[in-house]
Amino acid sequence: MEHVEHAEHPHTAPDGDKTGPSAHGQQHPLGIYFKIWGLLFVLSTGSYLVDYFHFHGLLRWTLIVVFMLLKAGLIVAVFMHMVWERLALVYAIIVPPLLLMVLLGIGALEADYTHLTRGTFFAPPAAQPAPAAH
Amino acid sequence: MKPLTPQETTRAAAVLPPASGWTSIVKDVSSDQRVFKDVPWGKPMMWIFLLSDTFIFGSFLISYMTVRASTTVPWPNPSEVFGLTLFGRSVPLLLIAIMTFVLISSSGTMALAVNYGYRKDRLTTCAFLVLTAGLGATFVCMQAFEWTKLILEGVRPWGNPWGAAQFGSAFFMITGFHGTHVTIGVIFLIIVATKVWRGDLDRQRPGFLTGRKGNYEIVEIMGLYWHFVDLVWVFIFAFFYLW
Repeated sequence: MEHVEHAEHPHTAPDGDKTGPSAHGQQHPLGIYFKIWGLLFVLSTGSYLVDYFHFHGLLRWTLIVVFMLLKAGLIVAVFMHMVWERLALVYAIIVPPLLLMVLLGIGALEADYTHLTRGTFFAPPAAQPAPAAH
Repeated sequence: MKPLTPQETTRAAAVLPPASGWTSIVKDVSSDQRVFKDVPWGKPMMWIFLLSDTFIFGSFLISYMTVRASTTVPWPNPSEVFGLTLFGRSVPLLLIAIMTFVLISSSGTMALAVNYGYRKDRLTTCAFLVLTAGLGATFVCMQAFEWTKLILEGVRPWGNPWGAAQFGSAFFMITGFHGTHVTIGVIFLIIVATKVWRGDLDRQRPGFLTGRKGNYEIVEIMGLYWHFVDLVWVFIFAFFYLW
Protein backbone atom coordinates (compact mmCIF):
# COMPACT_ATOMS: atom_id res chain seq x y z
CA MET A 1 0.00 0.00 0.00
CA GLU A 2 2.74 2.39 0.99
CA HIS A 3 4.38 2.53 -2.44
CA VAL A 4 1.00 2.99 -4.14
CA GLU A 5 0.47 6.11 -2.09
CA HIS A 6 3.92 7.33 -3.05
CA ALA A 7 3.31 6.66 -6.70
CA GLU A 8 0.13 8.69 -6.51
CA HIS A 9 1.75 11.61 -4.94
CA PRO A 10 3.57 13.36 -7.80
CA HIS A 11 0.52 13.95 -9.97
CA THR A 12 -2.07 14.64 -7.28
CA ALA A 13 0.02 17.29 -5.62
CA PRO A 14 2.39 18.87 -8.12
CA ASP A 15 3.07 22.00 -6.11
CA GLY A 16 2.45 21.24 -2.47
CA ASP A 17 -1.21 20.15 -2.40
CA LYS A 18 -3.15 23.41 -2.04
CA THR A 19 -6.39 21.56 -1.78
CA GLY A 20 -5.15 19.24 0.92
CA PRO A 21 -5.72 19.33 4.63
CA SER A 22 -3.29 22.06 5.52
CA ALA A 23 -4.85 24.64 3.20
CA HIS A 24 -8.25 24.64 4.83
CA GLY A 25 -8.74 22.80 8.10
CA GLN A 26 -12.10 24.37 9.16
CA GLN A 27 -10.54 25.51 12.42
CA HIS A 28 -12.84 27.87 14.26
CA PRO A 29 -13.05 29.12 17.85
CA LEU A 30 -14.98 26.82 20.17
CA GLY A 31 -17.25 29.64 21.31
CA ILE A 32 -19.28 29.69 18.11
CA TYR A 33 -20.18 26.00 18.49
CA PHE A 34 -21.41 26.55 22.04
CA LYS A 35 -23.48 29.57 20.95
CA ILE A 36 -25.13 27.63 18.13
CA TRP A 37 -25.67 24.66 20.42
CA GLY A 38 -27.45 26.89 22.94
CA LEU A 39 -29.49 28.50 20.19
CA LEU A 40 -30.59 25.08 18.91
CA PHE A 41 -31.76 24.18 22.40
CA VAL A 42 -33.74 27.41 22.65
CA LEU A 43 -35.34 26.90 19.23
CA SER A 44 -36.22 23.27 20.02
CA THR A 45 -37.81 24.35 23.28
CA GLY A 46 -39.73 26.94 21.29
CA SER A 47 -41.10 24.42 18.85
CA TYR A 48 -42.01 22.05 21.70
CA LEU A 49 -43.88 24.85 23.47
CA VAL A 50 -45.90 25.47 20.30
CA ASP A 51 -47.41 22.03 20.86
CA TYR A 52 -47.52 22.30 24.65
CA PHE A 53 -49.61 25.49 24.59
CA HIS A 54 -51.84 24.11 21.82
CA PHE A 55 -51.41 26.92 19.35
CA HIS A 56 -53.56 26.44 16.30
CA GLY A 57 -54.02 27.57 12.74
CA LEU A 58 -51.74 30.03 11.04
CA LEU A 59 -49.82 30.95 14.18
CA ARG A 60 -48.90 27.31 14.81
CA TRP A 61 -47.73 26.79 11.26
CA THR A 62 -45.75 29.99 11.10
CA LEU A 63 -43.95 29.20 14.35
CA ILE A 64 -43.26 25.56 13.45
CA VAL A 65 -41.85 26.40 10.04
CA VAL A 66 -39.80 29.36 11.28
CA PHE A 67 -38.24 27.34 14.12
CA MET A 68 -37.61 24.43 11.76
CA LEU A 69 -35.90 26.53 9.10
CA LEU A 70 -33.79 28.41 11.66
CA LYS A 71 -32.61 25.13 13.21
CA ALA A 72 -31.87 23.57 9.83
CA GLY A 73 -30.04 26.70 8.72
CA LEU A 74 -27.87 26.85 11.83
CA ILE A 75 -26.94 23.18 11.59
CA VAL A 76 -25.99 23.38 7.91
CA ALA A 77 -24.28 26.76 8.14
CA VAL A 78 -22.18 26.34 11.27
CA PHE A 79 -22.05 22.68 12.35
CA MET A 80 -21.59 21.51 8.76
CA HIS A 81 -19.32 24.49 8.01
CA MET A 82 -21.27 25.65 4.95
CA VAL A 83 -20.70 29.37 5.63
CA TRP A 84 -16.98 28.83 5.32
CA GLU A 85 -17.05 26.81 2.11
CA ARG A 86 -16.51 28.17 -1.39
CA LEU A 87 -19.67 29.20 -3.19
CA ALA A 88 -19.29 26.49 -5.85
CA LEU A 89 -19.76 23.80 -3.19
CA VAL A 90 -22.49 25.70 -1.34
CA TYR A 91 -24.61 26.15 -4.45
CA ALA A 92 -24.01 22.61 -5.72
CA ILE A 93 -25.50 21.28 -2.47
CA ILE A 94 -28.12 23.85 -1.46
CA VAL A 95 -29.79 24.52 -4.82
CA PRO A 96 -30.84 20.97 -5.93
CA PRO A 97 -33.08 20.30 -2.88
CA LEU A 98 -35.20 23.29 -3.96
CA LEU A 99 -36.49 20.95 -6.68
CA LEU A 100 -38.36 19.18 -3.89
CA MET A 101 -40.62 22.25 -3.77
CA VAL A 102 -41.99 21.18 -7.15
CA LEU A 103 -42.73 17.71 -5.80
CA LEU A 104 -44.31 19.34 -2.74
CA GLY A 105 -46.59 21.39 -4.98
CA ILE A 106 -47.58 18.38 -7.07
CA GLY A 107 -48.22 16.35 -3.91
CA ALA A 108 -50.41 19.08 -2.40
CA LEU A 109 -52.50 19.47 -5.58
CA GLU A 110 -52.90 15.74 -5.94
CA ALA A 111 -53.84 15.32 -2.28
CA ASP A 112 -56.54 17.98 -2.51
CA TYR A 113 -57.98 16.35 -5.60
CA THR A 114 -57.91 12.88 -4.04
CA HIS A 115 -59.53 14.20 -0.88
CA LEU A 116 -62.26 15.81 -2.95
CA THR A 117 -63.01 12.69 -4.98
CA ARG A 118 -62.94 10.46 -1.89
CA GLY A 119 -65.35 12.79 -0.17
CA THR A 120 -67.61 12.72 -3.20
CA PHE A 121 -67.59 9.02 -4.01
CA PHE A 122 -66.60 7.00 -0.97
CA ALA A 123 -67.42 8.57 2.32
CA PRO A 124 -69.89 11.40 2.06
CA PRO A 125 -70.82 11.43 5.77
CA ALA A 126 -67.21 11.42 6.96
CA ALA A 127 -66.15 14.10 4.51
CA GLN A 128 -64.49 16.93 6.34
CA PRO A 129 -63.15 20.26 5.20
CA ALA A 130 -59.73 19.66 3.62
CA PRO A 131 -56.99 20.30 6.16
CA ALA A 132 -54.67 23.19 5.33
CA ALA A 133 -51.94 21.02 3.96
CA HIS A 134 -49.49 23.39 2.47
CA MET B 1 -1.44 19.13 10.07
CA LYS B 2 1.67 20.93 8.87
CA PRO B 3 1.20 24.70 9.04
CA LEU B 4 1.77 26.50 5.75
CA THR B 5 4.91 28.55 5.37
CA PRO B 6 4.30 32.17 4.34
CA GLN B 7 5.43 31.47 0.75
CA GLU B 8 3.06 28.54 0.50
CA THR B 9 0.17 30.66 1.78
CA THR B 10 0.80 33.37 -0.81
CA ARG B 11 1.15 30.74 -3.49
CA ALA B 12 -2.14 29.13 -2.42
CA ALA B 13 -3.86 32.50 -2.46
CA ALA B 14 -2.46 33.15 -5.92
CA VAL B 15 -3.55 29.75 -7.25
CA LEU B 16 -7.10 29.82 -5.90
CA PRO B 17 -9.56 32.21 -7.52
CA PRO B 18 -11.56 34.39 -5.10
CA ALA B 19 -14.06 32.44 -2.99
CA SER B 20 -17.03 34.79 -3.07
CA GLY B 21 -19.31 36.32 -5.68
CA TRP B 22 -21.24 34.43 -8.33
CA THR B 23 -18.33 34.81 -10.76
CA SER B 24 -16.29 32.59 -8.43
CA ILE B 25 -18.77 29.76 -9.09
CA VAL B 26 -18.31 30.16 -12.84
CA LYS B 27 -14.55 30.24 -12.41
CA ASP B 28 -14.48 27.18 -10.14
CA VAL B 29 -16.79 25.12 -12.33
CA SER B 30 -15.00 26.01 -15.55
CA SER B 31 -11.52 25.63 -14.10
CA ASP B 32 -8.99 22.88 -14.64
CA GLN B 33 -9.02 19.60 -12.69
CA ARG B 34 -11.11 20.43 -9.64
CA VAL B 35 -14.49 22.08 -9.20
CA PHE B 36 -14.56 21.87 -5.41
CA LYS B 37 -11.35 23.58 -4.43
CA ASP B 38 -9.90 23.98 -1.01
CA VAL B 39 -11.65 20.91 0.43
CA PRO B 40 -10.48 17.31 0.68
CA TRP B 41 -12.27 15.25 -2.00
CA GLY B 42 -14.05 13.20 0.64
CA LYS B 43 -16.11 16.19 1.71
CA PRO B 44 -17.88 16.86 -1.60
CA MET B 45 -18.38 13.09 -1.90
CA MET B 46 -20.12 12.96 1.48
CA TRP B 47 -22.11 16.08 0.61
CA ILE B 48 -23.32 14.54 -2.65
CA PHE B 49 -24.34 11.39 -0.79
CA LEU B 50 -26.22 13.53 1.71
CA LEU B 51 -27.88 15.38 -1.15
CA SER B 52 -29.23 12.10 -2.50
CA ASP B 53 -30.38 11.20 1.00
CA THR B 54 -32.16 14.55 1.18
CA PHE B 55 -34.19 13.51 -1.83
CA ILE B 56 -35.09 10.19 -0.22
CA PHE B 57 -36.26 11.77 3.02
CA GLY B 58 -37.90 14.59 1.08
CA SER B 59 -39.90 12.06 -0.93
CA PHE B 60 -40.93 10.24 2.25
CA LEU B 61 -42.13 13.42 3.93
CA ILE B 62 -43.95 14.63 0.82
CA SER B 63 -45.71 11.31 0.31
CA TYR B 64 -46.66 11.41 4.00
CA MET B 65 -48.12 14.89 3.44
CA THR B 66 -50.03 13.57 0.43
CA VAL B 67 -51.63 10.63 2.25
CA ARG B 68 -52.41 12.73 5.29
CA ALA B 69 -54.04 15.50 3.32
CA SER B 70 -56.01 13.14 1.08
CA THR B 71 -57.54 10.84 3.70
CA THR B 72 -61.14 11.49 4.67
CA VAL B 73 -60.69 9.76 8.03
CA PRO B 74 -59.39 11.91 10.92
CA TRP B 75 -55.63 11.63 11.53
CA PRO B 76 -54.59 10.42 15.01
CA ASN B 77 -53.46 13.36 17.15
CA PRO B 78 -49.65 12.97 17.54
CA SER B 79 -49.67 15.18 20.59
CA GLU B 80 -51.71 12.54 22.44
CA VAL B 81 -50.34 9.44 20.72
CA PHE B 82 -46.77 10.33 21.69
CA GLY B 83 -47.60 11.73 25.10
CA LEU B 84 -46.26 10.17 28.29
CA THR B 85 -47.94 9.99 31.65
CA LEU B 86 -45.66 11.44 34.27
CA PHE B 87 -46.57 11.74 37.97
CA GLY B 88 -50.19 11.12 37.16
CA ARG B 89 -50.59 13.77 34.50
CA SER B 90 -50.05 13.32 30.79
CA VAL B 91 -47.41 15.49 29.14
CA PRO B 92 -47.80 15.85 25.36
CA LEU B 93 -44.92 14.72 23.14
CA LEU B 94 -42.57 14.39 26.10
CA LEU B 95 -40.59 11.44 24.77
CA ILE B 96 -40.13 13.12 21.39
CA ALA B 97 -38.94 16.33 23.03
CA ILE B 98 -36.33 14.38 25.03
CA MET B 99 -35.24 12.56 21.86
CA THR B 100 -34.85 15.91 20.10
CA PHE B 101 -32.67 17.29 22.86
CA VAL B 102 -30.55 14.13 22.95
CA LEU B 103 -29.94 14.33 19.20
CA ILE B 104 -29.11 18.06 19.29
CA SER B 105 -26.68 17.42 22.14
CA SER B 106 -25.01 14.68 20.11
CA SER B 107 -24.67 17.14 17.24
CA GLY B 108 -22.95 19.59 19.57
CA THR B 109 -20.49 16.98 20.86
CA MET B 110 -19.80 15.94 17.25
CA ALA B 111 -18.95 19.53 16.31
CA LEU B 112 -16.55 19.66 19.26
CA ALA B 113 -14.99 16.34 18.20
CA VAL B 114 -14.29 17.78 14.73
CA ASN B 115 -12.79 20.89 16.25
CA TYR B 116 -10.50 18.96 18.61
CA GLY B 117 -9.62 16.64 15.75
CA TYR B 118 -8.16 19.50 13.76
CA ARG B 119 -6.23 20.52 16.87
CA LYS B 120 -4.73 17.00 16.81
CA ASP B 121 -5.99 16.44 20.34
CA ARG B 122 -6.34 12.69 20.03
CA LEU B 123 -7.86 11.79 23.40
CA THR B 124 -10.38 14.66 23.59
CA THR B 125 -11.52 13.91 20.03
CA CYS B 126 -11.97 10.26 20.90
CA ALA B 127 -13.87 11.12 24.08
CA PHE B 128 -16.28 13.40 22.20
CA LEU B 129 -16.80 10.79 19.48
CA VAL B 130 -17.62 8.14 22.08
CA LEU B 131 -19.98 10.59 23.81
CA THR B 132 -21.68 11.31 20.47
CA ALA B 133 -22.05 7.58 19.80
CA GLY B 134 -23.50 7.13 23.31
CA LEU B 135 -26.09 9.86 22.76
CA GLY B 136 -26.93 8.36 19.36
CA ALA B 137 -27.41 4.94 20.93
CA THR B 138 -29.63 6.52 23.60
CA PHE B 139 -31.74 8.03 20.83
CA VAL B 140 -32.11 4.65 19.10
CA CYS B 141 -33.09 3.01 22.40
CA MET B 142 -35.77 5.63 23.01
CA GLN B 143 -37.04 5.10 19.51
CA ALA B 144 -37.19 1.35 20.12
CA PHE B 145 -39.18 2.10 23.30
CA GLU B 146 -41.56 4.31 21.32
CA TRP B 147 -42.05 1.65 18.63
CA THR B 148 -42.70 -1.02 21.27
CA LYS B 149 -45.24 1.20 23.00
CA LEU B 150 -47.11 1.94 19.76
CA ILE B 151 -47.02 -1.67 18.60
CA LEU B 152 -48.43 -2.81 21.96
CA GLU B 153 -51.16 -0.21 21.59
CA GLY B 154 -52.11 -1.80 18.30
CA VAL B 155 -50.49 0.44 15.68
CA ARG B 156 -49.70 -1.47 12.50
CA PRO B 157 -48.65 -0.29 9.03
CA TRP B 158 -52.19 -1.10 7.87
CA GLY B 159 -54.22 0.34 10.73
CA ASN B 160 -54.44 1.73 14.23
CA PRO B 161 -57.11 2.22 16.90
CA TRP B 162 -57.39 6.02 16.56
CA GLY B 163 -58.05 6.92 12.95
CA ALA B 164 -56.50 7.04 9.50
CA ALA B 165 -54.86 3.73 8.59
CA GLN B 166 -51.98 5.51 6.85
CA PHE B 167 -50.68 6.79 10.18
CA GLY B 168 -48.85 3.54 10.94
CA SER B 169 -47.23 3.11 7.56
CA ALA B 170 -46.01 6.71 7.43
CA PHE B 171 -44.76 6.54 11.02
CA PHE B 172 -42.88 3.25 10.70
CA MET B 173 -41.43 4.13 7.31
CA ILE B 174 -40.17 7.60 8.19
CA THR B 175 -38.93 7.02 11.74
CA GLY B 176 -37.66 3.57 10.81
CA PHE B 177 -35.55 4.93 7.98
CA HIS B 178 -34.26 7.73 10.18
CA GLY B 179 -33.51 5.28 13.01
CA THR B 180 -31.56 3.12 10.56
CA HIS B 181 -29.48 6.16 9.66
CA VAL B 182 -28.79 6.86 13.32
CA THR B 183 -27.80 3.23 13.91
CA ILE B 184 -25.41 3.24 10.95
CA GLY B 185 -24.07 6.56 12.24
CA VAL B 186 -23.36 5.04 15.65
CA ILE B 187 -21.42 2.19 14.02
CA PHE B 188 -19.56 4.69 11.83
CA LEU B 189 -18.76 6.79 14.94
CA ILE B 190 -17.38 3.78 16.80
CA ILE B 191 -15.14 2.93 13.84
CA VAL B 192 -13.81 6.49 13.59
CA ALA B 193 -13.39 6.71 17.39
CA THR B 194 -11.34 3.49 17.31
CA LYS B 195 -9.11 4.92 14.59
CA VAL B 196 -8.61 8.12 16.58
CA TRP B 197 -7.95 6.14 19.77
CA ARG B 198 -5.30 3.95 18.11
CA GLY B 199 -3.61 7.02 16.67
CA ASP B 200 -4.20 5.87 13.07
CA LEU B 201 -4.87 9.44 12.02
CA ASP B 202 -1.68 10.79 13.55
CA ARG B 203 0.46 8.03 12.06
CA GLN B 204 -1.36 8.20 8.68
CA ARG B 205 -1.97 4.48 8.89
CA PRO B 206 -3.75 3.26 5.72
CA GLY B 207 -7.42 2.42 6.19
CA PHE B 208 -8.23 -1.29 6.08
CA LEU B 209 -10.86 -0.90 3.36
CA THR B 210 -9.57 1.92 1.19
CA GLY B 211 -5.85 1.87 1.90
CA ARG B 212 -5.89 5.65 2.12
CA LYS B 213 -3.76 7.39 4.67
CA GLY B 214 -5.41 8.27 7.95
CA ASN B 215 -6.19 11.95 8.38
CA TYR B 216 -8.31 14.04 10.74
CA GLU B 217 -10.47 15.05 7.78
CA ILE B 218 -12.39 11.79 8.21
CA VAL B 219 -13.66 13.09 11.55
CA GLU B 220 -15.16 16.11 9.78
CA ILE B 221 -16.63 13.93 7.02
CA MET B 222 -18.14 11.64 9.65
CA GLY B 223 -19.44 14.81 11.33
CA LEU B 224 -21.26 15.85 8.13
CA TYR B 225 -23.15 12.57 8.15
CA TRP B 226 -24.01 12.88 11.82
CA HIS B 227 -25.24 16.49 11.54
CA PHE B 228 -27.35 15.43 8.56
CA VAL B 229 -29.10 12.82 10.71
CA ASP B 230 -29.88 15.59 13.19
CA LEU B 231 -31.03 17.83 10.33
CA VAL B 232 -33.49 15.22 9.08
CA TRP B 233 -34.87 14.86 12.58
CA VAL B 234 -35.59 18.62 12.64
CA PHE B 235 -37.89 18.14 9.64
CA ILE B 236 -39.49 14.94 10.96
CA PHE B 237 -40.13 16.64 14.30
CA ALA B 238 -41.80 19.61 12.61
CA PHE B 239 -43.88 17.73 10.07
CA PHE B 240 -44.70 14.43 11.70
CA TYR B 241 -44.95 15.25 15.39
CA LEU B 242 -45.99 18.90 15.47
CA TRP B 243 -48.45 18.92 12.57
